[in-house]
Amino acid sequence: MEQQYIDLYKQHHESIKKHSAAVMNELRDAAFALFEELHFPTIELENYKYTDLTSALSVDYGLNINRIPMPVNPYEVFTCDVPGIHSYLYFVVNDAFYPVNDIRNKTLPEGVIIGSLNQIAESHPELVKQYFGKLTSNKNDGLIAFNGAFAQDGFFMYVPKNVVLDKPVQLVNIMRSDVDSMANSHNLIILEEGSKAQLLVCDHTVDEVRFLSNRVTEVFVGQNAIYEHYKLENTHTKTTNLSTLLIDQQESSNVLANVITLHNGQTRNTIEIDLDGENCESLLCGMVIADKNQLVDNFTSIIHNKPNCQSRELFKYVLDDSSKGGFTGKLFVAKDAQKTAAFQTNRNILLSKTAKMRTKPQLEIYADDVKCSHGATIGSLDESAKFYMQSRGISENEARLLLMFAFTNDVIENIRIPALQDRIKMLVEKRLRGELSKCEGCVICQ
Amino acid sequence: MLEIKNLHANINGKEILKGLNLTVRPGEIHAIMGPNGAGKSTLASVLTGNPAFTVSAGEVNFYGKKLLELSPEARSREGVFLSFQYPVEIPGVSMVNFMRSALNEHRKYKNLEPLSATDFLRTMREKKELVEMDNKLANRSVNEGFSGGEKKRNEIFQMAMLDPRLSILDETDSGLDIDALRIVANGVNKLKTADNASIVITHYQRLLDYIVPDFVHVLYNGQIVKTGGKELALELEEKGYDWIKKEVDGE
Repeated sequence: MEQQYIDLYKQHHESIKKHSAAVMNELRDAAFALFEELHFPTIELENYKYTDLTSALSVDYGLNINRIPMPVNPYEVFTCDVPGIHSYLYFVVNDAFYPVNDIRNKTLPEGVIIGSLNQIAESHPELVKQYFGKLTSNKNDGLIAFNGAFAQDGFFMYVPKNVVLDKPVQLVNIMRSDVDSMANSHNLIILEEGSKAQLLVCDHTVDEVRFLSNRVTEVFVGQNAIYEHYKLENTHTKTTNLSTLLIDQQESSNVLANVITLHNGQTRNTIEIDLDGENCESLLCGMVIADKNQLVDNFTSIIHNKPNCQSRELFKYVLDDSSKGGFTGKLFVAKDAQKTAAFQTNRNILLSKTAKMRTKPQLEIYADDVKCSHGATIGSLDESAKFYMQSRGISENEARLLLMFAFTNDVIENIRIPALQDRIKMLVEKRLRGELSKCEGCVICQ
Repeated sequence: MLEIKNLHANINGKEILKGLNLTVRPGEIHAIMGPNGAGKSTLASVLTGNPAFTVSAGEVNFYGKKLLELSPEARSREGVFLSFQYPVEIPGVSMVNFMRSALNEHRKYKNLEPLSATDFLRTMREKKELVEMDNKLANRSVNEGFSGGEKKRNEIFQMAMLDPRLSILDETDSGLDIDALRIVANGVNKLKTADNASIVITHYQRLLDYIVPDFVHVLYNGQIVKTGGKELALELEEKGYDWIKKEVDGE
């Protein structure tokens, strides 16, 4: 399965490099060598036991190595599902940053740089070099290595010291193609000391072909910086969405990551947060609503390297039909990370007998003065609550909806952009009512 | 309004109601008393359609409709209300959303337009006062973290909102201190009209000092074995249930 990509790289690495910035190319051969050794992950690996990529990888995808521009204007093909959040708006179409001329983006605070990773790696090589690959190059992961070999562009954001972004930044990843295709993009996000930014990443698919996206995002959160990362996936059932989010936190920084899968095909989110300074706070949340044959695996890992940090994790799944969910909550507390407080919760509702959930807390604690807890439950809707509601005249269907909505509510409450929170409430409600079985502005799913 | 004939019901095959008969007319208050395990709460559950219970025989007519054939929600919309002995906590569902959904379903059933937000909130405010319910409770999730007394007040508040034709109060006095009992009973009395009726299920005579019944029935071993006026409750309070058990079992 990997052989065709190994051959492709060997034959075409010159073209790949020709269309990429030198800073990106510096790590490329090493990434390829690692991929050649590791190959794509299989379910034999402990970290991938809930994600079987065999059938997704058997498809013959096209790659756009020679950077042929996509004849598409994302502003035209895509209408945002989250209007009214007044964001700075950017697009990555397949694996390429789309040059935008949005008037709103001209009001970015001074010093903030947002744009194509490839271009900025050319224009600001010193800045990019300082961070690019710093979180990926020590990872022993086939998907990250593959991305390192093939990614030629992505989204870049730099927020200088003490600058606060007044509005959220929105990155829309659109998959659009007439033939089955693959996209590898690398995003790099840098928040310097004391800065603040909110990023909303939306994943969408436009055409009714098979897509595989393998995206890696590195985020550096400086001292006292505050970063919020929202990821909203609404893709069609022929999509394989592989996403790796690596966050490094420095002293007294605060991070919220909230990963919501509303509709998809097969999804693997790997989220790793490294707490590399004291007094950091991290909140990692996620929600999955899946039916049909959808697959969602969230693999999370929070690493407490320094004392006096707090992390919380909250993931909720609602699974219907023959959908399958996976959750791993890895927590590592290093020997000198005393006074760590880390709490993890994963709750799941199965609406059918054929839906499956697999959940695995994985705690490794080497410090002795810590407060850590974890809890996982898999159940069905509370029958007594449903009867109570029916006995007040609420129909059984409506009672089920209210209960499911209530179940997901605490994840939605952890969205700190009010307009986005309202919108996601509405989208979740529509999804639970079965009205969002397709992606708005996108293709109809079977 | 309500006619129960020869009602038999079981849970997991264990027969609890064994041929119960009861007739309730508009304007009446019926108290149902009886020892533990007699089937009092089962009667309330069966009348409101709790799926845990199976009806094996008998029929229940409510204003000419066959009540047992209706879904729990349809019974509610027809005007049957149960004040639960143990109200259920529903984390994440706000009282406001819960009540609005319920009220609008009732209105839809009567071919009425949904209430506007302002009208709805005004109604909520008025009815809350009836049971002296704290404003904060209405903004919380349904029954979540409510004290025992608050939960019971919340039941009567919901009853006020839905304006039922028949209300069944299942052990509404249990777990209430004397002040809460008075508030709850006051609420029930204020909601009383000549057109609606109540079935008050209770262990103790205490509640009947506040909610004065027209009839007192003794439920024992799945049947109503004795019916009298309010003085029967006093007699039970004084003498307990043993003499009734003897009377029945002796027959």
